[in-house]
Amino acid sequence: MEVSDSILEHLRQVTLLPDLSGTRYEIESEIGRGGMGVVYAARDRDLDRRVALKILEFPIAGEAQLIGRLEHPGIVPVFETGTLPDGRCFYAMKLVSGARLDRYAAEDHTLTERLRVIRRIAEAVFFAHSRGVIHRDLKPQNVMVGAFGEVYVMDWGVEAVAGTAGYRAPEPALDPLSDIYSLGALLRFLLGTPAPPALRAVAEKAMSADPQLRYQSVSALLADIDRFEQGHAVEAWSEPAWHRIRRFTSRNAVLLWLLVAYTLVKFFFFFWKKF
Amino acid sequence: MNKIVVGLLFGLVLGALDGATAWFYPETRPLIGGILIGSSFKGMLVGILSGWFARKVHSTGWGIAVGSALGLLFAFFVAFMDAKSGKPHYLEIMLPGFVVGAIVGFLTQRMGAPSVLKSEAQ
Repeated sequence: MEVSDSILEHLRQVTLLPDLSGTRYEIESEIGRGGMGVVYAARDRDLDRRVALKILEFPIAGEAQLIGRLEHPGIVPVFETGTLPDGRCFYAMKLVSGARLDRYAAEDHTLTERLRVIRRIAEAVFFAHSRGVIHRDLKPQNVMVGAFGEVYVMDWGVEAVAGTAGYRAPEPALDPLSDIYSLGALLRFLLGTPAPPALRAVAEKAMSADPQLRYQSVSALLADIDRFEQGHAVEAWSEPAWHRIRRFTSRNAVLLWLLVAYTLVKFFFFFWKKF
Repeated sequence: MNKIVVGLLFGLVLGALDGATAWFYPETRPLIGGILIGSSFKGMLVGILSGWFARKVHSTGWGIAVGSALGLLFAFFVAFMDAKSGKPHYLEIMLPGFVVGAIVGFLTQRMGAPSVLKSEAQ
């Protein structure tokens, strides 16, 4: 690229950047771009900290207030809302460093760690549901996993968003059960293949086409994941007898080994005395 | 049910079952009553102490270690008394006592309600 080209490119980028005059932010770089707007990494001059600045292409007054109502460790906190000189709305939120869930899933993580992540996502959604907020667009691109294992769910409850194929429930009107469908899709995505059949069944139940056949609350979904982790049977799957036996033996392996040891000791002395 | 009660019950039952195996040996069959009572009592003591330990320390490994050590210790006392009255049976008494103690130690870790902190109870 020649010098004139690079200058032109720089000028083009500068002119594309939003005018933040009158705000306390200065843009550092673009982080992501979606149908609803663009997210930038920015610096808050007053507090000397980095933030994520989301500039909305459409006036969605309720979005920031909606997220502002949700104070939860798994939900990215909103610091401030405002309007740019060109009339567009923006809001500043915590800048989360880490990997998006789709990148995280591609890395080498244990099943336990993956389940911890899906649990954190579900807990954030459960909290939001308890506040009357639904996400509407749960997908790997809207979840961040931080460097220290923290999990953040982003891009909450935008009315105009119609969901993302593969993660969106089939019903036309979205409600909390639609988020449960998306959580099932996220679970399936995180598990990859091969996945334990009990967890596959949990994901499939959450993704039932008929909303009435899904878990009726996020807590019910979490309870089934708990059951799996504790070595119990999950509600979503009527397991075959051989699987029940295998689960029992793996859950009680130490006890069974001790009983075997006791029986061997007794048999040994019995035959030792006899012969 | 708290862990001490769990230990007491499992110790009692497993001790009795362990004592009942004496029936299979012709030389100890006439003494089965005394063996049953002694073994149950021994199991009960191991269970109570393992249960008490399980309330203090939440670790399956340590539970098994302490249970088996207690089982071995009490079985040694029993074997010692038995040796004084005739032919010694240290190995036959102590080895199963060791394993039964390990089982009781494991069960007290896995079952029963953990101790409630005073601040929580108030």
